[in-house]
Amino acid sequence: MITVKDIHKTFGDNKVLQGISAEFKPGKNNLIIGGSGSGKTTLLKCIVGLHEPTKGEVFYDKENFTTMNFNERVPIRKQIGMLFQNSALFDSMDVESNIMFPLNLFTDMSHAEKLDRANFCLERVNLKGKNKLFPSELSGGMKKRVGIARAISMQPKYLFVDEPNSGLDPKTSILIDELINELTEEYQITTVIVTHDMNSVMGIGDHILFLHNGQKWWEGTNKEIAHTTNKELNDFVFASKFMRAAKAKL
Amino acid sequence: MFHSLGRYILLLRSSFRKPEKFSVYWGEVMREMVSVGVGSLGIICIISVFIGAVATIQVAFQLVNPIVPRSIVGSISRDSTILEFSPTISALVLAGRVGSSMASQIGTMRVTEQIDALEIMGVNAPGFLISPKIIAGITMIPLLVIVSVVLGLGGGYIACLLSHDIPTTDYVVGLRDGFNAIIVTVCAVKSIFFGFIITSVCSYFGFYTSGGALEVGQSATKGVVYSCIWILFADLLISSVIL
Repeated sequence: MITVKDIHKTFGDNKVLQGISAEFKPGKNNLIIGGSGSGKTTLLKCIVGLHEPTKGEVFYDKENFTTMNFNERVPIRKQIGMLFQNSALFDSMDVESNIMFPLNLFTDMSHAEKLDRANFCLERVNLKGKNKLFPSELSGGMKKRVGIARAISMQPKYLFVDEPNSGLDPKTSILIDELINELTEEYQITTVIVTHDMNSVMGIGDHILFLHNGQKWWEGTNKEIAHTTNKELNDFVFASKFMRAAKAKL
Repeated sequence: MFHSLGRYILLLRSSFRKPEKFSVYWGEVMREMVSVGVGSLGIICIISVFIGAVATIQVAFQLVNPIVPRSIVGSISRDSTILEFSPTISALVLAGRVGSSMASQIGTMRVTEQIDALEIMGVNAPGFLISPKIIAGITMIPLLVIVSVVLGLGGGYIACLLSHDIPTTDYVVGLRDGFNAIIVTVCAVKSIFFGFIITSVCSYFGFYTSGGALEVGQSATKGVVYSCIWILFADLLISSVIL
């Protein structure tokens, strides 16, 4: 479980996060949603340690991540997998080497064992046999799937996903959502997803955190979101005619 | 300025933290050595031969005089090639070729979140990305400078052969005449320092890139410009301290 307590983050005079507290439970898809500039990605970066919070604390299973130094964080980081918005695959490495990279650095597995693990991860994301392709030869959806394969190669306890559906067609978006959902349930991972995509919100949102102006504005599930009376959340989720029509039918 | 200097020193300190796994880092060092050494060999060969030839022709033009022995052209060409032309001009050219490539490579990794991905995995990103480059720089650039010296002196020989102003025998006598080993020491020290400056300064600018493609280009340019300035400053400092 991941717990964030009273997280504040400022850049100069700009207060991006203002006292956010939340709990992200294992085996659940925890979604962070909100408009552009609401602080979603900043919150995610504070949780994973890419940004240091100005104030507040982040706990990974009761271990205070915020007060740890680089070396103390390494054991926790080995349990973290992350899929970046643009996949962030290493350009100079092929798909197989990308997936094996954390295994090479942090395990004593033999080459055959690492290869087996890479093949297993590739099979899990439906990319069997694509080992020798380079990131430049992959489509956006394939890159995301390789990113997921790399993220799960170390069998993480925590999975962070930044905008998994950006730049993807609706069908591929649903496939990626389903894949994340399956992995979360299968391995009981604590998954935290930052998204704008309303299909994801409605489809896999076990626990949703809505941020507005850097504050936690609403918290609930995808079932509760349809009946919310929160004005800002309604304006955000039901911005399109399609979503308003869908809500009216509920 | 002090902020940048402090950040540069801290980055260097992080770069030489204990590696997560030595074998993986060793592989990176080898890859960088090939990139810096073999990749730059062609341009170094070309510029060295021409610089050596031009230096010899110009020295000959200024010093051909009945009262000056013609072998002096060889001696002056040798000293200027070993002391200045080979290490400094090679380093300036390598700052453009190797340094800009390093800055843009690391800068692109920064703006495409590849460095964030390394950090999330628990990898010491400066160590993994920068230390192999610095090691490759301080080992391969001196070797390139040795090649440059040999080819520069060869270029001088070719110039003598083609111009007929100075007989090649006199040039060779001049090369051997009054040789002082300190100039080789100066050349070696300079090339090691220049290798360090090129790789560390350009990596620094690449590592702290923020933004997009435009900023990656700006980082590469800044890396090359600052490397060149520091190379010239170090050139002056080393020459004045050792000679």
